Amino acid sequence: MAGSAHAALAKTPTDGADTLLMLMGSALVLVMTPGLAFFYGGFTRAKNVLNTMMMSFFCMGLVGVLWVVIGYSLSFGTGFNSPFIGGLEFMWLNGVGGPLGDAPLADGFAISATSFALFQGMFAIITPALISGALVERINFKAWFWFVLLWSLFIYCPMCKMVWGGGFIGPFGSIGALDFAGGTVVHISSGVAALVSAALIGPRNVWPDRTRPPHNVPFILLGAGLLWFGWFGFNGASYFAAKAAGFSFLTTTTSASAAMLTWCLIEWFKGGKPTAVGAATGAVAGLVGITPAAGFVSMGSSILIGALTTVACFTAIQIKAAIKFDDSLDTFMVHGVGGTVGALLTGILAVKEYVPADYFPLSAKILEESGNFGMFIAQLKAVVFSYVFVGIGTAIIIWIIGATVGLRVSAEDEERGMDIVSHGEEAYEPMTN
Amino acid sequence: MKKVEAIIRPAKIDDVKTALVNAGIIGMTITDVRGFGRQKGQVETYRGAEYTIEFITKVKVEVVVEDDKVDTVIAAISGPSRTGEIGDGKIFVLPVEAVVRIRTSESGAAAI
Repeated sequence: MAGSAHAALAKTPTDGADTLLMLMGSALVLVMTPGLAFFYGGFTRAKNVLNTMMMSFFCMGLVGVLWVVIGYSLSFGTGFNSPFIGGLEFMWLNGVGGPLGDAPLADGFAISATSFALFQGMFAIITPALISGALVERINFKAWFWFVLLWSLFIYCPMCKMVWGGGFIGPFGSIGALDFAGGTVVHISSGVAALVSAALIGPRNVWPDRTRPPHNVPFILLGAGLLWFGWFGFNGASYFAAKAAGFSFLTTTTSASAAMLTWCLIEWFKGGKPTAVGAATGAVAGLVGITPAAGFVSMGSSILIGALTTVACFTAIQIKAAIKFDDSLDTFMVHGVGGTVGALLTGILAVKEYVPADYFPLSAKILEESGNFGMFIAQLKAVVFSYVFVGIGTAIIIWIIGATVGLRVSAEDEERGMDIVSHGEEAYEPMTN
Repeated sequence: MKKVEAIIRPAKIDDVKTALVNAGIIGMTITDVRGFGRQKGQVETYRGAEYTIEFITKVKVEVVVEDDKVDTVIAAISGPSRTGEIGDGKIFVLPVEAVVRIRTSESGAAAI
């Protein structure tokens, strides 16, 4: 949902239930990041699991600070008077609220501004963490630090402003695209960044001939479960209103269920066995697919979106394997492709009555005048722009880091394992210890 | 004295242990091991990508007995271990030159 934060000084009083929803939603979204750490950690080799998990976990530290200092202001400020980037007026969250009484977010929203800033911060944390899946088992951790810092400031914050902060992609801008909870801002942007950065950093030295299967499949299931749990906050709280949360909770879970079921059925049909890794991946694909649509489509459509997203992501993974591209943990194939399919299906399946003009002025107008075809075109424009902006921006950041701190560990260190090389730790103690 | 070493399926270890105890064998050592034989590993599929697992997880059972009990031990191991499928494992019989019980310094058959 659009976050035309602070667009107007609020006249609506804060509502306890709505604000509580935001606080609960924030906690749920935060738990997705350690969930993602387990999800990704299970896939890697035992000697790289801590590094893989740290690449997600560390974002809670770095982006958690960055968001308060300047990220929120760049995403939701208006100081620069630009459709691409916010301003500096909310640096250190100045003017957002205080302990003795929060200001409401904006006219028409009954949530406090601090709870909105917190909720959005959790999205900012998990988005770069998602990208790590494409780069694990070879990126130098110092390069990762700089990547998260620069990418958050120069890619995530502008994307957030453009889609949710009243910028030109979203319903207050010139394209009028819909993105309920981050199909474009979170999943397309992380997916495209993953694709570009994996291409530029190059494949793992052991890939593809000496890659190993996931070292801990139960971690993958645990991570997928935590992601699903956290996604209730991700989508459920994105209407910013307790009375409307049940609907997007429901579409979220029906899509994930349908997607998991579809993935298992495909595997059953193709290979004779539904796999645990497939079930976990299918669920995540369904969650990604419904994210841009969760509050805009019918319950039946949510099942369709889950099923179609799974088919698209499954196919993308087969193509990736065939063309031998080393996106280590299929970040683009699940988040990029899933987010794209979800964003486009949002245009096709959006229900006019679920897109009220007072919250989504341009989108409602498009639906009224050009119907779902017009909305599909708007979504397509948003997708194409996001691919170009995130793709080029990420390439520049990767190039700068490559030219300065260096991107990869040495081949010898890659062989030793990232845990001991980057952190001086091991996940599992030797048997003789 | 002989040492009987058997590489068997992990799922069969409980049945083998019971058969050995029922046959009067009072001690054994088991180890988790990995390896391959004629079947040359197995193929696993994750997210559509195939991985060849060259070293398959097995359990090694080691039992030291006097020569006249070797056939009994082989029967106790091979019976419950057999499924008839590839990968049931192998049994090796090795000569043992000496056995010493550390606690009492007894040696030979008395130390088994």
